[in-house]
Amino acid sequence: MKEILEILENNPRIGPKEIATMTGITEAQVASKIKEMEKKGIIRKYKTVIDWEKAGEEYVYAMIEIKVALRSRTGYDAIAERIAKFPEVRSVRLISGGHDLSLTVRGRSMKEVAFFVAEKIATLEQVQGTVTHFVLRTYKEDGDVLFEKERSERLAVSP
Amino acid sequence: MSYSRKSARSALLSPREVKPEKFVAEHVRQVPPSGIRKFFDLVLEMDGVISLGVGEPDFVTPWHIREACIYSLEKGTTSYTSNYGLLELRELISKCYKKEHAVEYDPKSEVLVTTGVSEAADLAFRAVIDPGDEVIVPEPCYVSYKPSVSLAGGTPVPVSTYQDNEFRVTAEQIRKSITGKTKALVLSYPNNPTGAVMRKSDLEEIADVVIENDLVVISDEVYGKLTYDGAHTCFSSIAGMRERSIILNGFSKSHAMTGLRLGYALGCEALIAAMTKIHQYSMLCAPVTAQVGGIEALKNGDGEMQKMTREYDRRRRLVVSGLNKMGLDCFEPMGAFYAFPSVKSTGLSSGEFAERLLKEQKVAVVPGEVFGECGEGYLRCSYATSREELVEALARIEAFLDSL
Repeated sequence: MKEILEILENNPRIGPKEIATMTGITEAQVASKIKEMEKKGIIRKYKTVIDWEKAGEEYVYAMIEIKVALRSRTGYDAIAERIAKFPEVRSVRLISGGHDLSLTVRGRSMKEVAFFVAEKIATLEQVQGTVTHFVLRTYKEDGDVLFEKERSERLAVSP
Repeated sequence: MSYSRKSARSALLSPREVKPEKFVAEHVRQVPPSGIRKFFDLVLEMDGVISLGVGEPDFVTPWHIREACIYSLEKGTTSYTSNYGLLELRELISKCYKKEHAVEYDPKSEVLVTTGVSEAADLAFRAVIDPGDEVIVPEPCYVSYKPSVSLAGGTPVPVSTYQDNEFRVTAEQIRKSITGKTKALVLSYPNNPTGAVMRKSDLEEIADVVIENDLVVISDEVYGKLTYDGAHTCFSSIAGMRERSIILNGFSKSHAMTGLRLGYALGCEALIAAMTKIHQYSMLCAPVTAQVGGIEALKNGDGEMQKMTREYDRRRRLVVSGLNKMGLDCFEPMGAFYAFPSVKSTGLSSGEFAERLLKEQKVAVVPGEVFGECGEGYLRCSYATSREELVEALARIEAFLDSL
């Protein structure tokens, strides 16, 4: 099972037939294992890593750290879930250290992101303070480097 | 007077009179050039070739190892090391063999770090061969053994292995090749080019022949970490073989460190001391930067290595099943990163097949006869290349077969 996941994690377009050849289990078994893992939510979604900048689309990303004042009877989960509902918010994480929550927010401009934070996040009752870091450049995303990949220049034929 | 003397001297120095070839020693002249070379030149002339002819990993050396090398350079670690290599590296190698194979080597006197396994093999041959000694070399095998034996003054005695026996050499075959002059036996499993591995029981039978005939074994186990479905058996872990063998290994294949040139030899003190004698006069020590990388590889490299091995395993199945499906009979290789399909069904020799495949479909493979006469009729296809390229290469080979 782990073997199938490892293969899919890097390239979800590889079909059950090819996975079967690579792992030595039958195609039907691979297909049913994948179905099962999709159903159980082990496989959440198949995604594509896109370099939007190369595609000519401008996006602005910001990382936002939030200090939360917990109200009685509601924990971090409640505020995190509320924040996660905004489509502008790409990720929400509970973190250790000086702040409590860390978000990634995507917008079309710095102004748009700044206003979103000021109007929708900072105004939440439990939010005590926010720090916004705008992303200037992304070098690696989800395990994939976004700059020129290194290639070793091998001889075409060697003993 | 002085004028004529000058002209006599310049006549002596005239370039037409010099034949540098004649300076080359006779026994060097007699060593045939590598068969791979010719093919290499052919490939270089072409564009858009997918190469399955490469005998090294397509992975770059894991970053943590490169980082350790870079840091050592920043600190100024650029001097000679002990002839034997850095003690820390030897201790790690020794620990690794104790843990994985239950064979103990004293890091102070029984481990020698070399400039790649190639140097270790050369040292081993030079350390044990007297003029006229015969060395049994099972084929197909890596291209260096026979020339190295010859250059050391010995006579290589090839023994053919066959697909029927999954390219394993048998104790019986070795026994039949033994003469009064036989001194040593070369074993190289997992094997380049066939991908064959030896079972423990095969090695035990061979060990009996080794004892009966008082031989020394030089066992090149550089592909040991690339063994699929089961663990590699180190030859010196067989009862009675520690004192009768030199184990050669290195970091090129397991940790994708080919260009860093780092290998080692393990053996009892007398043999390692003899090899070190030659090493200290010819090489002095292995490159220190590579040795630092080796320390990092053994300390923290298991995770990256296993990741690479798992990927090779997937590609192995992909290639072997692809070749078999298109009708090129290919036995299942259980080690290294080569598939060794037969092209006998096509009626072409392996040389013709490889050359036409290159010219017509731009896929480079290495004809099997380069690795010994019994390799004729087979191709070495390295699967140390990306999956996308392998799939494309398989499609092109199939197209070539259809065009025949």
